Amino acid sequence: MADPASLEAAASRSPAVSRQLAGPRGRKPRPTVSRRNAFLYGTLIVLALYYLLPLYVMVVTSLKGMPEIRLGNIFSPPVDITFEPWVKAWATACTGLNCDGLSRGFWNSVRITVPSVVLSIAIASVNGYALANWRFKGANIFFTILIVGSFIPYQVMIYPIVIILRDIGLYGSLWGLVIVHSIFGMPILTLLFRNYFTSVPEELFRAARVDGAGFWGIYFKIMMPMSLPIFVVALIIQTTGIWNDFLFGVIYTKPESYPMTVQLNNIVNSTQGVKEYNVNMAATILTGLVPLSVYFASGKLFVRGIAAGAVKG
Amino acid sequence: MAGSILGKLFPFSRAARAEQTARRAAERDQLRKAAGDAAIPSISVRDLSLSFGGAPVLEHLDLDIMDGEFLVLLGPSGCGKSTLLNCIAGLIDLTDGQIFIKGWNVTWEEPKDRHIGMVFQSYALYPQMTVRRNLSFGLSSAGVPKDEISKRIARTAELLQIEPLLDRRPSQLSGGQRQRVAIGRALVRDVDVFLFDEPLSNLDAKLRSELRVEIKRLHQRLANTMVYVTHDQIEAMTLADRIAVMKSGQIQQLGAPHEIYDRPVNRFVAGFLGSPQMNFLSGQLQSGPPRAFRAGDMSVPLDRYAFDKPDAAGGPCVLGVRPESVAIGADGSARPFSREVEIEIVEPMGANTLVWTKLADTNFAFLVDSQSRLKAGERVTIGFDPARASLFDEATGVRM
Repeated sequence: MADPASLEAAASRSPAVSRQLAGPRGRKPRPTVSRRNAFLYGTLIVLALYYLLPLYVMVVTSLKGMPEIRLGNIFSPPVDITFEPWVKAWATACTGLNCDGLSRGFWNSVRITVPSVVLSIAIASVNGYALANWRFKGANIFFTILIVGSFIPYQVMIYPIVIILRDIGLYGSLWGLVIVHSIFGMPILTLLFRNYFTSVPEELFRAARVDGAGFWGIYFKIMMPMSLPIFVVALIIQTTGIWNDFLFGVIYTKPESYPMTVQLNNIVNSTQGVKEYNVNMAATILTGLVPLSVYFASGKLFVRGIAAGAVKG
Repeated sequence: MAGSILGKLFPFSRAARAEQTARRAAERDQLRKAAGDAAIPSISVRDLSLSFGGAPVLEHLDLDIMDGEFLVLLGPSGCGKSTLLNCIAGLIDLTDGQIFIKGWNVTWEEPKDRHIGMVFQSYALYPQMTVRRNLSFGLSSAGVPKDEISKRIARTAELLQIEPLLDRRPSQLSGGQRQRVAIGRALVRDVDVFLFDEPLSNLDAKLRSELRVEIKRLHQRLANTMVYVTHDQIEAMTLADRIAVMKSGQIQQLGAPHEIYDRPVNRFVAGFLGSPQMNFLSGQLQSGPPRAFRAGDMSVPLDRYAFDKPDAAGGPCVLGVRPESVAIGADGSARPFSREVEIEIVEPMGANTLVWTKLADTNFAFLVDSQSRLKAGERVTIGFDPARASLFDEATGVRM
């Protein structure tokens, strides 16, 4: 490299060198509005609108009265806003015999989701911890069986599970459904936890063993406090998955303990009388509100947890 | 194995465990008294073998470490030194053999029952706990009473000068501070034996030499048995009472640092220790008398060389000469072997200068004072004392 002083000296003699010296310096300027930016943001905006459009239609329809809906302009905003359909969907819409709307299904869903989520995460995290850190004989075989289990289609297992639940006397009860959800969440959750715990430095685990912590001591005092992000990821996956489940809910429970999704289907598909689109839309939004708020509340942690496996430390 | 997992999943009641621990402690004490403390080595490894999926990692290893000794396991990566340390700690199940700590057979014991403290390369501090909790974790696991814990933490923190850090988290500490805390975590537990697994490898050069001195000071003060794994020969030479040089799962040589440096038992040990590396010249051993080493037109008299095998027959062999045992000029020509050579390359290293030349058509390096301004192309007389050189069998690499 020529030192600056010698460049200056050369510049006084040669115009070519002085032109170079007067040339570009510092950060390269970039235009704010360029063809590239227009294309990029244009595509993103179009796609975002495309995805948001159905939600928009649902919200505006649920705020309209029936006469306004019959006009057929589904994209037009409501002229007089009414919350009547929301109240009806929650409290008085009829499914078959009972007319207490979605409220019954909501509480059923809560009673199904909370124990299922807690149970499945509790078991799967210990599974993952044992598989990742305590390399016992046959660990790989257990893990393979668990993973293969997740590839078998649900439909194959529906009827055997009905028989099993009937034989142990849990068929039709909420607890039967809780057990089914916990079992079906096991493979993916175990995989999730195992991979996360594998990324925790091995020496940390060894240090804890030298320090005298046992199986549960290391799990509760070392591993669990370090793994908040992955517990949040598991919480989101399980909460949304179980809340949105329809198939198991309709098969393994009785009408009085149907979860919200089944209740929603019954409201929307009831064939008597007029189709109340505004009530249906309100009911659908109400049902989707729980997973939606879970995402909004914990989105940041969710992304961190998903990415955490890739980063050491 | 299945049994031990069940045992881990469903441990005995706290009282039963405490009783078991107390019984063991009593037995240990009895054993110590019976044998007399001085008589039993602190750590004793007997015929230890370990293989991972059929591939042997350690083979029939025997090692006795005396009470209060600082033993360094030294070797290139993959030689099994860390694995041996983990076996002693009980973190890896061995395939065959026995391990005794203070005369107590710990082969099947859990790490926590072996009375060891361990320091890891990556520090392995619990990230979610404060330094204080990190130090107390092992003690509270062992059921030490609260006031005793705080007393011991205060003592350890003072010893390592980490008192101002006690309420910080590991992420708020620098590398050197973290390693100090990691050492403190081993110290605070009042153990028989300290195990260090490359504790300074993650630190920069300056901190490494600072902490090295500190570990040495600590050993002088505590006089505990310490086993220290490293691939850094300077750490090994400076810290060790004895060094065990390892290669592919076997101990090549076990001895005091100067012994290993001056009289390496084979070519591997000779080449591994010393920087810059020992020069190796290939040639023939002339059976004599007088015996001599010949390479090309060069002949090195070996009448003052102390043979390991006095009846060694003539044949192909390798002469090893350390760069620092070579003298130049008048000093050089006064040595039993000397010769005039042409200098090829000069590498100033600060404290001294490394000079490259050719001897018997082989590259040959020697160290000179940095004040001697030698230039490439110059001719100079070099000489060395064969009594301080090493002679190895060409085929087996064993010292002759």
